[in-house]
Amino acid sequence: MNHIKELLYKMADDLLILGHRNSEWTGLGPILEEDIAFSSMAQDKIGQSQTLFQLLHDLGEQEPDTVAFTRNANQFHNAIITELPNMDYAFSIMRHFLYDTADQLRFDMLANSSYEPLAKVARKVKGELKYHVFHANTWVKKLGNATEESHARMQTALNEIWDDALGLFEESTFEEQLIKEGVFVGEVELKNRWLAIISPILSDSMLTIPHESTWKPNIGGRVGKHTEHLQPLLDEMSEVFKIDPTAEW
Amino acid sequence: MYGNAYIDPNEKPKSIIDGEDPIKLAEFEARIARGEKIEPKDWMPREYRKQLIRMIEQHAHSEIIGALPEGTWITRAPGFKRKLALMAKVQDEVGHAQLLYSAAETLGKSREAMINDLITGKSKYSNVFNYPAFTWADACIIAWLIDAGAIINQVANAKGSYGPYCRALDRICTEESFHLKYGHDNVVTLATGTPTQRKMVQEALNRWWPPIMHFFGPSDKISNHTEILMRWKVKMATNDDMRQQFLNMYVPKIWDLGLTVPDANLKKNEETGKWEYTEPDWDEFKRVINGDGPCNAERLAVRRMAEERGRWVREALHTPKSTYVVPLA
Repeated sequence: MNHIKELLYKMADDLLILGHRNSEWTGLGPILEEDIAFSSMAQDKIGQSQTLFQLLHDLGEQEPDTVAFTRNANQFHNAIITELPNMDYAFSIMRHFLYDTADQLRFDMLANSSYEPLAKVARKVKGELKYHVFHANTWVKKLGNATEESHARMQTALNEIWDDALGLFEESTFEEQLIKEGVFVGEVELKNRWLAIISPILSDSMLTIPHESTWKPNIGGRVGKHTEHLQPLLDEMSEVFKIDPTAEW
Repeated sequence: MYGNAYIDPNEKPKSIIDGEDPIKLAEFEARIARGEKIEPKDWMPREYRKQLIRMIEQHAHSEIIGALPEGTWITRAPGFKRKLALMAKVQDEVGHAQLLYSAAETLGKSREAMINDLITGKSKYSNVFNYPAFTWADACIIAWLIDAGAIINQVANAKGSYGPYCRALDRICTEESFHLKYGHDNVVTLATGTPTQRKMVQEALNRWWPPIMHFFGPSDKISNHTEILMRWKVKMATNDDMRQQFLNMYVPKIWDLGLTVPDANLKKNEETGKWEYTEPDWDEFKRVINGDGPCNAERLAVRRMAEERGRWVREALHTPKSTYVVPLA
């Protein structure tokens, strides 16, 4: 089951960490409506990660709270893109667009997974992700096409985050087994479908993907190699829980 | 969540209805006396409009400023259950601000103008948010007792005379009642938990008791002004009445949890049915409301920073064709 656990861990960690970042917009959004939108998405993501940690628990891992709130950065499997600080709103929207499109595709594919507990979760989560992607697409198009400043900020964000986004598709050592058993169609296939979806939306938004010859996927997150941003996030997240991890909070 | 609107007791009382058409004023007062709601396009006295804008605006500001001390604990909430619940709670509070700004806009002041008055310090928000939430237990005490106080105030105001505000408050009160349950559940968990947790929650209660006593504002000076605002159903209950109601409902619950209220003089006088307590330090209240509290500068600085950082987004939303539309009442 190690191949399935590995798949679940990376998905759950992505959702937990990005959900946490989304929640950092609470009280600070550019307009109240966006404050509320990012909070909704944060709640969905953290809820989804909890569900996946529960699947892991069913496979013999520790309780969701223990797994989420007591590991160190080098034990996390999230992609680098999810742990980066929120920066400006353009960066957060661009990350949201690139990540959520990939996530929606991933869950779409997993809805037919041979691993039924995950397929069942995927069928439910798909419905929630529809709104996240709708939100992201609306804002990318809006900001890409609005003022000179908004366009410039969005293009800068895309340039800065592109290699990190490619890191989402870092292949696992279990890739072949996952594909062969019909658990998951694999990262390469996911990346190709993702590129086919994001490219026309970015071009409608007057935004240009960096030239393929410059791509250097920022990998390592899946095997516990993170930036300096993750450990402080985890320290903050577990600050209260670690006062007494055995207590009920 | 929110505290009572602060109506300056030193404001000149006599000018409030000067210059109003006596026939229209009599008609307006008769409608309110019959229990009718006043709607945005109806005639209303200048002072009615002014006081309502001030109250609703203060209420809206309190919701977004209140999201700051609580929001700090979202990223620290211990465990999935608490993290999810706190996110939803604070999101509700921001949603309340949205509803309230819309209600105030129906009276003729734009959201932008209100937020501008907030960040320049021209308009107020509930004083309690000028105090820091030092620990997780502080966030739990806020969610229970500050929200409890807010409900008392808002249930009263929901019976007021201005339709859009009442309708917003009805919805807000429903959501607040969940916050109250959330806050109570958190405090119960800590108060019945480990010695460390019990110590945390008692210390948080000690820190928050003075702001809680300040929450409803100083005793109202019974003036002509107050009387008219009560007749117009702008102000629905006196500050002291609401404070008494709060003490009556919540002190027994605090004692039930084995917590100590840090006021040796607090007791219910069985003859009068009223709670007796050490008079809160109203000089401190005035100092803090006028900007000299532990967190005033920080709260406004954060809000200003958010406004500045978000300006380019708001500018991007404006197209040459966009026009200002007052929200539906």
